[in-house]
Amino acid sequence: MKLRVATVWLGGCSGCHMSFLDMDEFLIELAGLIDLVYSPVIDVKEFPEAVDVCLIEGAVCNEDNLEILRKIRERTKVLVSFGDCAVTGNVPAMRNPFGPDNRENVLQRAYVENARNNPGVPKADGIVPRLLEQVVPVHEAVYVEYYLPGCPPPAARIKEVLVQIINGQAPLLTGPQLKFG
Amino acid sequence: MAAKTLIIDGKAVSAEEGATVLQVARDNNVAIPTLCHLEGVYDVGACRLCLVEVAGSTKLQPACTTKISEGMNIQTNSDRLRKYRRLTLELLFAERNHVCAVCVSNGHCELQTLAYSLGLDHVRYDYVFPKWKVDVTHRLFGMDHNRCILCTRCVRVCWHIEGAGTKNVAGRGATARIISDLDQPWGDSESCTECGKCVMACPTGALFHKGATAGEMEHDRDKLEFIVNAREKQQWLP
Ligand code: SF4
Ligand code: SF4
Ligand code: SF4
Ligand code: FES
Repeated sequence: MKLRVATVWLGGCSGCHMSFLDMDEFLIELAGLIDLVYSPVIDVKEFPEAVDVCLIEGAVCNEDNLEILRKIRERTKVLVSFGDCAVTGNVPAMRNPFGPDNRENVLQRAYVENARNNPGVPKADGIVPRLLEQVVPVHEAVYVEYYLPGCPPPAARIKEVLVQIINGQAPLLTGPQLKFG
Repeated sequence: MAAKTLIIDGKAVSAEEGATVLQVARDNNVAIPTLCHLEGVYDVGACRLCLVEVAGSTKLQPACTTKISEGMNIQTNSDRLRKYRRLTLELLFAERNHVCAVCVSNGHCELQTLAYSLGLDHVRYDYVFPKWKVDVTHRLFGMDHNRCILCTRCVRVCWHIEGAGTKNVAGRGATARIISDLDQPWGDSESCTECGKCVMACPTGALFHKGATAGEMEHDRDKLEFIVNAREKQQWLP
């Protein structure tokens, strides 16, 4: 049976997924080795049940991130923090040091102070998710099995981790493959 | 001076009295990780990365400040030590804001290198996310407190190699910080000679040349070694 693999994009820049696509011709081989059941690069709306492995890009920044992450944890055997934002909080977490009001302040700064046209913080209940008080790395929100750091992780590193997982090994990065930033 | 014999990682070695465990280990090609140690200035035992096990003592000892003694039996790389070293590094990461992706020192950082060597792929402690300032008032250099690990290398080179005495430590515990003169903006410092030795000495991206962008800052340790060699051995070797 092929592994049921998912990838998800939380509070990140999508760079990790771009790097995933950078695996080039290995993607064709990969398509024969796994079933991609949920991902920003395929058109599935609801995170499915009984997923074997999920790569999670991005930090946990808003209520929507947190909700889907909890659902993913329930439905997935193995979670991999995919990229520095997921592993450390990275750039999205740079608002945290601005204190308890940071979410109001960053929205104010981005959508009002720096807006040339139509200043105003976007608000639409049920559509625009509320920011969390603090951005946290994925493993501060749910249990995570493995870590794949890098900003973004180069394609070779993603491939190495995927191959190890497909071969039934616990992925382990060593030497130049273990790197932040 | 009298010679002492001791055992490091099962190997019998001898060295002169007064040497530190770290010196003897390095002379015998045993690598002990260090962060606050810097050749040419005295040791302070601040970072605790160099902790070793000494037979007969349950307390771990910092190799950089522990003097050798006759018959000492030292372990430098046990599972227990590796566990503590990783833990120490994780706490260093958690207590300030290290965003490697946008850091001037990314790829040339001693904190990163050590973390990788101990297999650190994530930090198990909750990040503190403290609020720290960046001082870019100096004409040539910048200081980002978010990346400072308080190793005090900058302080020691500033006082004891340059002799300027600009850099100091203020505060205690987690709020301790590196200051210039009497806690003034670095650019207002009257004692700073702009020699740049603190920048050369810094193991992280905390001190940097202005204008360096992500990953561009390489601390020129060779220059510092050159000066130290010249001072201590009267050797002017390039
Ligand atoms: S100082 Fe080192 S560990 Fe800290 S952010 Fe910069 S590169 Fe990363
Ligand atoms: S540039 Fe030189 S004098 Fe100025 S703070 Fe650094 S080490 Fe001290
Ligand atoms: S500024 Fe650099 S050299 Fe000075 S204490 Fe901080 S990390 Fe160490
Ligand atoms: S190198 Fe010995 S305590 Fe830092």
